[in-house]
Amino acid sequence: MEEFITNSKGKQEEEYIVNMGPQHPSTHGVLRLKISLKGETVERIEPHCGYIHRGIEKMCERLTYQQIIHLTDRMDYLSAHINNEAVCLLVEDALQIEVPERVKYIRTILDELTRLASHQLWWCAFGMDLGALTTYFYGLRDREHILDIFEETTGARLLQSFNVPGGFMNDIHPNFIKRVKDFIVYFRKKLPEYDELLTGNVIMKERTNDIGILSLEDAISYGVTGPSGRGSGFACDVRKHHPYSAYDKVEFREVLYTKGDSFHRYKARVEEMWESMKIIEQLIDNIPEGDYAVKMKPIIKLPEGEYYQRVEAARGEFGVYVLSTGEKYPYRIKFRSPNFSNLSAINKIAAGFKIADLVAIGGSLDLVIPDIDR
Amino acid sequence: MNNEQLKEKILSLDPSLNISEGPQYLTLSVTPEKLHNTALLLKNTSELSFDYLFCLTGNDLADACEVVYHLESTKHAHAIVLKAKTANRENALLPTVTDIWATADFHEREVYDLVGITFTNHPDMRRIFLDEEDWVGYPLRKDYTDNNIVTR
Repeated sequence: MEEFITNSKGKQEEEYIVNMGPQHPSTHGVLRLKISLKGETVERIEPHCGYIHRGIEKMCERLTYQQIIHLTDRMDYLSAHINNEAVCLLVEDALQIEVPERVKYIRTILDELTRLASHQLWWCAFGMDLGALTTYFYGLRDREHILDIFEETTGARLLQSFNVPGGFMNDIHPNFIKRVKDFIVYFRKKLPEYDELLTGNVIMKERTNDIGILSLEDAISYGVTGPSGRGSGFACDVRKHHPYSAYDKVEFREVLYTKGDSFHRYKARVEEMWESMKIIEQLIDNIPEGDYAVKMKPIIKLPEGEYYQRVEAARGEFGVYVLSTGEKYPYRIKFRSPNFSNLSAINKIAAGFKIADLVAIGGSLDLVIPDIDR
Repeated sequence: MNNEQLKEKILSLDPSLNISEGPQYLTLSVTPEKLHNTALLLKNTSELSFDYLFCLTGNDLADACEVVYHLESTKHAHAIVLKAKTANRENALLPTVTDIWATADFHEREVYDLVGITFTNHPDMRRIFLDEEDWVGYPLRKDYTDNNIVTR
């Protein structure tokens, strides 16, 4: 393990191994990064995953499609609603069920609320990673409003499992539309505070500008998607390129930045919050009347064959692959989780930078560990 | 390109390839020997340029193991599925595509860990989630069993 190199003064330096995690606060979960250092510079990072691997794919081989939805929450818990939707869309496509327009609209609104809540939590944790504790209170203050909306309509604050194949478990709460509208009015005033507090901050700029650069070619090759990939200019927004639910009915901009450093990944996320609000505003007044679900058979059997569904989760492209033999359980189900691919690029991104920058780089990638380990 | 043009183009490059039309994507099935060359062809031909590997799945079928590659071109916005079956289940071997799409590095390690397909020429062929030293077997194999497994 020990390697020796000679520095400019002719002295031999030892390669130094540091373990960050599995219990390090800035990895935001149980991830272990084995870091080889030369002086303070990161030579190589080797991620060690699996501390919370639960074998969700194996479990799903013994679960019905309705039950699988509840496990998708437990991967990226901050994109719970979006992950649920991916399985529902896949089942609906496979059975060729057309869900009511009402369902499509509400799904899209809930998707964007999920994305907002997720980006808010990322923003406050990112500030905290860089030493700005205040951001944590600002972010959580605003996120609370969204969680209250979720609680009222879906009954759960974090892991909703509100989607079922064919629609929803229940109709939305009578207060839903008013509360969402109030929230947008409120958050349009609050979001500029995020920029005032952190974006223009000198320390923040120094710590993120030109730090952790990922080129466009590498972003594509490593499959780094979501705002992390779009910070490098990778046009990978599934909502734009393969629209589902009501995304084909709304106007929004795919936020693209070009430099691929931590700051541009940061900007892409903050900018996306504005776009999410825009999407919600276009839909919230036009939710069509109608049923909140299509009546489905209690036992869902997908016809024999392969199915794939892509959706845009808060951290990137989430995919579900199902190989069905016509049974009520999938023969094989695979979840393409965005964080797993995003993590694989961390060695490429962080090598050559200082170890203190690794915290900023990790924060800008916004990793959720249960989504990596599944 | 739409699926029809895509099929024509690929067949013009290599007429021996086996292409079938699935409900969503074109499916290109290759033997393990041809996998690496076909992958290079898909990535490097400028009209195809499948540069984005968005999903890599390992399946345990009854008689063999199979890896499914979902590919997309960021330039032309078309997608295809590439499939390769191993010769048998006991000694499942496939060449790596890590040198073509870097994301395959972790995904192939996951497939090795859970499905038990070994990728030759992979730079770091170790288990990624489970314990390298004392985990026996590959959990996503259909005949896998241990004392804790819940069956119904």
